[in-house]
Amino acid sequence: MNVRPIIKVENLSKQYHIGARQESYLTLRDSIVKTFRAPLARFRRNGGNTIWALKDVNFGVAPGEVVGVIGRNGAGKSTLLKILSRITEPTTGQVDIYGRVGSLLEVGTGFHPELSGRENIYLNGAILGMKRSGIGRRFDEIVSFAEIGSFIDTPVKHYSSGMYMRLAFAVAAHLEPEMFIVDEVLAVGDAGFQKKCLGKMSEVGNQGRTVLFVSHNMQAVAQLTRRSIVMDKGQCVFDGATGEAINAYNKLRSEGAGAALNYRAESAVNSNYLARATVHTSARPGRHQWSQPITFEFGLRIRSPQRSLCFSFQVMNNLQQPVCHFWLFDGDLPYREREGTFTLRCNIPKFRLYMGEYTLRAWISESAGRVVLECIDGICPFEVTMEGVARSEYEWQPGHCMYIDDAVWETVEQVDNDG
Amino acid sequence: MNLLERPLISIRAGGKFAAVDLKSLWDYRELLYFLTWRDVKVRYKQTALGAAWAVIQPLFTMIVFSIFFGKLAGLPSDGIPYPLFAYAALMPWNFFSNAVNSSGNSLVGSAHLITKVYFPRMIIPTAAVAAGLIDLMVAFGVMIVLMIYYSVGLTWNLLMAPALIVLIALLAVAVGMWTSALNVKYRDIRYALPFAIQLTMFATPIIYPVSIVPERWRWTLKLNPLTGIIEGYRASFFGRPFDWPALAISAAITTALLVYATCHFRRVERTFADIV
Repeated sequence: MNVRPIIKVENLSKQYHIGARQESYLTLRDSIVKTFRAPLARFRRNGGNTIWALKDVNFGVAPGEVVGVIGRNGAGKSTLLKILSRITEPTTGQVDIYGRVGSLLEVGTGFHPELSGRENIYLNGAILGMKRSGIGRRFDEIVSFAEIGSFIDTPVKHYSSGMYMRLAFAVAAHLEPEMFIVDEVLAVGDAGFQKKCLGKMSEVGNQGRTVLFVSHNMQAVAQLTRRSIVMDKGQCVFDGATGEAINAYNKLRSEGAGAALNYRAESAVNSNYLARATVHTSARPGRHQWSQPITFEFGLRIRSPQRSLCFSFQVMNNLQQPVCHFWLFDGDLPYREREGTFTLRCNIPKFRLYMGEYTLRAWISESAGRVVLECIDGICPFEVTMEGVARSEYEWQPGHCMYIDDAVWETVEQVDNDG
Repeated sequence: MNLLERPLISIRAGGKFAAVDLKSLWDYRELLYFLTWRDVKVRYKQTALGAAWAVIQPLFTMIVFSIFFGKLAGLPSDGIPYPLFAYAALMPWNFFSNAVNSSGNSLVGSAHLITKVYFPRMIIPTAAVAAGLIDLMVAFGVMIVLMIYYSVGLTWNLLMAPALIVLIALLAVAVGMWTSALNVKYRDIRYALPFAIQLTMFATPIIYPVSIVPERWRWTLKLNPLTGIIEGYRASFFGRPFDWPALAISAAITTALLVYATCHFRRVERTFADIV
């Protein structure tokens, strides 16, 4: 069965003239002078200084689907959203949308500092395409969601930045289009409010509304979406399950950063620093089989030994969440006494993190972490696989859990004694 | 969810011409209302005198003009007290010059909206003109008071005033829309506009009557669409016969400008977000 998509994107491309950036401040005089100097220049614009912000992008979104769009900076995500929101036009290609679209490239668009919270709710609502009657009906809901209470009649220029963001998001969250296009708006506010926004977004998704969600926050993408599109250099390089999409994105990122399997410090950054790091995996380099022994090896260069020097590291999953933490705080360590280069090995006899991609975050600190001397993130990428771990009935799926331990099961049949 | 048979929104690479999308303008009429309302509300925020500025500006200009042009230069005023004569023209002129100036700068000033939200862009320069109408109403009230002060009787001609207001507002929309679109690409407009408005004031019978111009050159003055409108205001206040041919010229030029401005605007609005 083939569901007709609510949004269909075909061969979408957008070209920018890099020169056009400067031309935005072109003056009339320049334009006249240029026309006289090279009358045909206007028709010869296909020079080398153009870039394709989007190139041949194709995808469809079914009604009720929640789709993530991820990619590095400059991958074309924002351009895509701008075209879908009709803010800018494509150079070639087409988009058909079978429903009303509410797009949220920013919260609080058009808020005026001199106007009160109440007035801004109406103004912002109208800008986002809400009807006055619709805003009136949901007004109380918006105010209570924003938690601004009695400040509703105060000009928003007197609001704290938190209140301002809450009000701005509250208006946007009460839009009722059939399809939502959301850009990075969750990256604002404090942790508590972010959680509330995330909750609201998943509520929207659960109501069967279509959402296209762009974010750098992999945790949010993983939480909200099941399907994601990975963009790179203006093209759609992956379209599928979010778990795999995040892996593809991380791979792109580490390629961009040139992250090798091993870490080696380029120069002496501090007097005490991490000189190198290696993960000795069970299979070939960078690949580890679940439940096999693993060794994390670090080289510390110490020039100013101190009594309270500590070393610790975390294993991070692909959502940049720490999943394991190991540390070395013991008293009589040689690097607390002497200068030199020291190798630290951390052996884990059975490393049982579930299949997935991991990196390390390592840091050197004083006084058990109270003063961080150096913290290095995203090093030593490795993958854990379930190869050779038999499970006949059900294939291993990524993202089912984070950790599997040995388990001993017991099954006891209950005997009923009712007469 | 019931899906539509045909796409509600179709996004295509732009053709050369785009029809004026009246339906979407109508759909967004509330936004026009809210943007106008915002401009009106914000205009005199944090000013000590507030809305009194709407009275002070034309009134003081009138007083200064009466002293210099009426008394010292002795310009004729067709038998009407000079202050009244000048104010009747200054009222629509102030509206026009303020409206065109704020409308011309409106798109550039709304860059944050243009790059973040879709709506028919024409609403922005139009709202800037509409906001000026409130000041015009206040000035109109002052005019009535002045006429009572100078004991000049009102006539049925005053019934033409609403039509004249519509006409001058449309002219301001046409000029404002055109200049605002140009301003996005050529920031020269920001400097050229106030200058051009200043010069236009002298090409319009505001401080002098049309009758001061020799008969054979009068037609050149009437090619300025503002001439017919401003003289029309005077005729409607002072109960003199309307110069219908001049008004017809104004209406025709206004219509032509409006059509040209909308077409130009539609053609270039697709690139606003990229270059603003």
